[in-house]
Amino acid sequence: MAKLNMVQALNLALRQEMEKDDSVIVLGEDVGVDGGVFRVTDGLIDRFGERRVVDTPLAESGIAGMSIGMAIYGLKPVAEIQFSGFAYHCFHQIESHAARLRLRTQGAVTVPMVLRAPYGGGVRALEHHSESREAYWAHMPGVKMVIPSGPRNARALLVSAIRDPDPVIFYEAKALYRAFREEVPDEEETLAIGESRIVREGTDLTMIAYGAMIRPVLEAADELEKKKGVQTEVIDLLTVSPLDDRLFTESVKKTGRAVIVHEAPRSFGSGAEIVSRLVEKSFYHLEAPIARVTGFDMVIPLFAREKAYIPSAGRIFRAAVQALETEP
Amino acid sequence: MPREIFEIPDRVETLSILSADGSLDEELAPAIDDDLLIKLYRFMLLGRRFDERLLNLQRQGRIGTFPPVSGQEASQVGPVSVLEEEDWMVPSFREAVAEMWRGRSMESIIISASGFSEGASEAGGGYNLPVSVPVGSQMLHAVGIGWAMKYREKKNVVMTFFGDGATSEGDFHEAMNFAAVYRAPVVFVCQNNQWAISIPRSKQTRSKSIAQKAVAYGMPGIQVDGNDILAMVAASREAVDRARVGEGPTLIEAVTYRMSVHTTADDPKRYRKDDEVESWRTKDPLTRFAGYLTEKGLLDEEKIQAVESEIKESIQAAVDRAEEKMKSMGDPMDMFDHTYEERPAYLEEQREFLARELKEEGNHG
Repeated sequence: MAKLNMVQALNLALRQEMEKDDSVIVLGEDVGVDGGVFRVTDGLIDRFGERRVVDTPLAESGIAGMSIGMAIYGLKPVAEIQFSGFAYHCFHQIESHAARLRLRTQGAVTVPMVLRAPYGGGVRALEHHSESREAYWAHMPGVKMVIPSGPRNARALLVSAIRDPDPVIFYEAKALYRAFREEVPDEEETLAIGESRIVREGTDLTMIAYGAMIRPVLEAADELEKKKGVQTEVIDLLTVSPLDDRLFTESVKKTGRAVIVHEAPRSFGSGAEIVSRLVEKSFYHLEAPIARVTGFDMVIPLFAREKAYIPSAGRIFRAAVQALETEP
Repeated sequence: MPREIFEIPDRVETLSILSADGSLDEELAPAIDDDLLIKLYRFMLLGRRFDERLLNLQRQGRIGTFPPVSGQEASQVGPVSVLEEEDWMVPSFREAVAEMWRGRSMESIIISASGFSEGASEAGGGYNLPVSVPVGSQMLHAVGIGWAMKYREKKNVVMTFFGDGATSEGDFHEAMNFAAVYRAPVVFVCQNNQWAISIPRSKQTRSKSIAQKAVAYGMPGIQVDGNDILAMVAASREAVDRARVGEGPTLIEAVTYRMSVHTTADDPKRYRKDDEVESWRTKDPLTRFAGYLTEKGLLDEEKIQAVESEIKESIQAAVDRAEEKMKSMGDPMDMFDHTYEERPAYLEEQREFLARELKEEGNHG
């Protein structure tokens, strides 16, 4: 057991899966000699060589399309797209083929690949380096959209993603890469894809979030307890799609109040789907309108203004207070 | 640095062996045994007759839209004829006859054209991918497969088909580039059939040839008379051999012509002239090859008739089998089966919803 940050934890997952299974291949721009621009693949080329840690030409559609072919042949490609803002080039390959080959061939051809990409703001980056567009992938039947919220679950989810029989888009919050450390066991650990988790138990209010938003959500929950004596239940989705609605719909049946938090733009975002599920399954238990604390409906501004864009613990706290003060 | 001509290691060649007028370049002719010659002819004829029958079925409303292969039989059959079973084929969407050579049944093509995904489940798997509809998107899959073959130290190759229109797509560029960088065992077969629906080859690229595009990526390119089955076999054999011994990819441009519609939803009279079509009719790959085989003493009128009727019967049998099979297909509930390996809870709910709805409709419909 060692205390690792998320970069190190992801590296551990890749290293161990590559040790275990020679069909696991890491590919992408600068993943080899350079170890990835965020160093997630650091040292892998020294351990596994150029045959398994493949620096590619600068072409994201090529990376995605080639990964599809590799997966069809029986390998397990783990492709890195340097920033999720450049993953739009992959969209066509993933939508047109990775997501559909299973259905197209009634299961005869499958595409077990992972597409990793850093997402989200908060690291003072250039344009195209800070956005959260998980909803695009979540809207795509046939792919899974996974977003861990810390080192330990990042490691376990990446292992599960590599072993998953379906294509997985794996978004890693840049803001979390080196934000904190957690105990990550050396021995194998997996987490089921498609299952959310309760990360804080409570009876008065439910908060639903994922990825980088879990930290400000927990901070707000602590404040609510301290200042208002409110017990907040926090649900970490971990997988955005296929969406697991069991925990949060049950939780809201208990608390009657819900706040959904994501960094992505609000309209047609994942929060909209969560609201729909709550309306469908927990409507008669609701005691206040469901609140969404999200990015605004615009491209995330350049970093001089990004702090004002990204939901903060304070903003979440105030949305929660409003939800709590509404009388049915 | 003085101004000089840049030395480029890769060459662009042209190849024609059996011309439209029937003259043969004996020196270039590939060694092909008699049985294989007859098999090549049979498949080319099958491609033509199957097309005609599908067109007929489509006009009767018995199948949906399909893309005919007529005119392109040699440019498809030639390349696949040099593949071994465990080599892979990654088609575009107009390679029915190549697919059949590779073992796809006629009925599965009919079943696909009738809107049943059961048709593709047979085409996919094994060493062949199912058809890929978005133009140019499949070549990258061939590169991934080729990369994986090399990684697994297999002596196999992968052949991918696409058209002249596909060479304008970014994915064509990325696939050619990746294949060359990794020296992947990929044979790129461009069926330049002169038309991408209504856009002629001249509006697709300013390049003198498509074959020359290979040079930019660092691989050889060859422009072949795509209506000359002997030239297609020779060029493909060379490319496949190179790939198999680790010398990397090749681009083959098969210069051919789409004699028929783009798909059955298309009317080519809107954009091309009849005399252009007629001029290509004189270059028909089938008549040319039949003439060659007759000259060689392998075919005569009687033998041609025998092949014709055998093909007619096998097509009829396939149509019958397809129609019989389709009677038990089409349970709408099946659509929920293959989005993921395991069905998520919400999809199960949607499945149960549809089951109830269908029952209601059954009760009230």
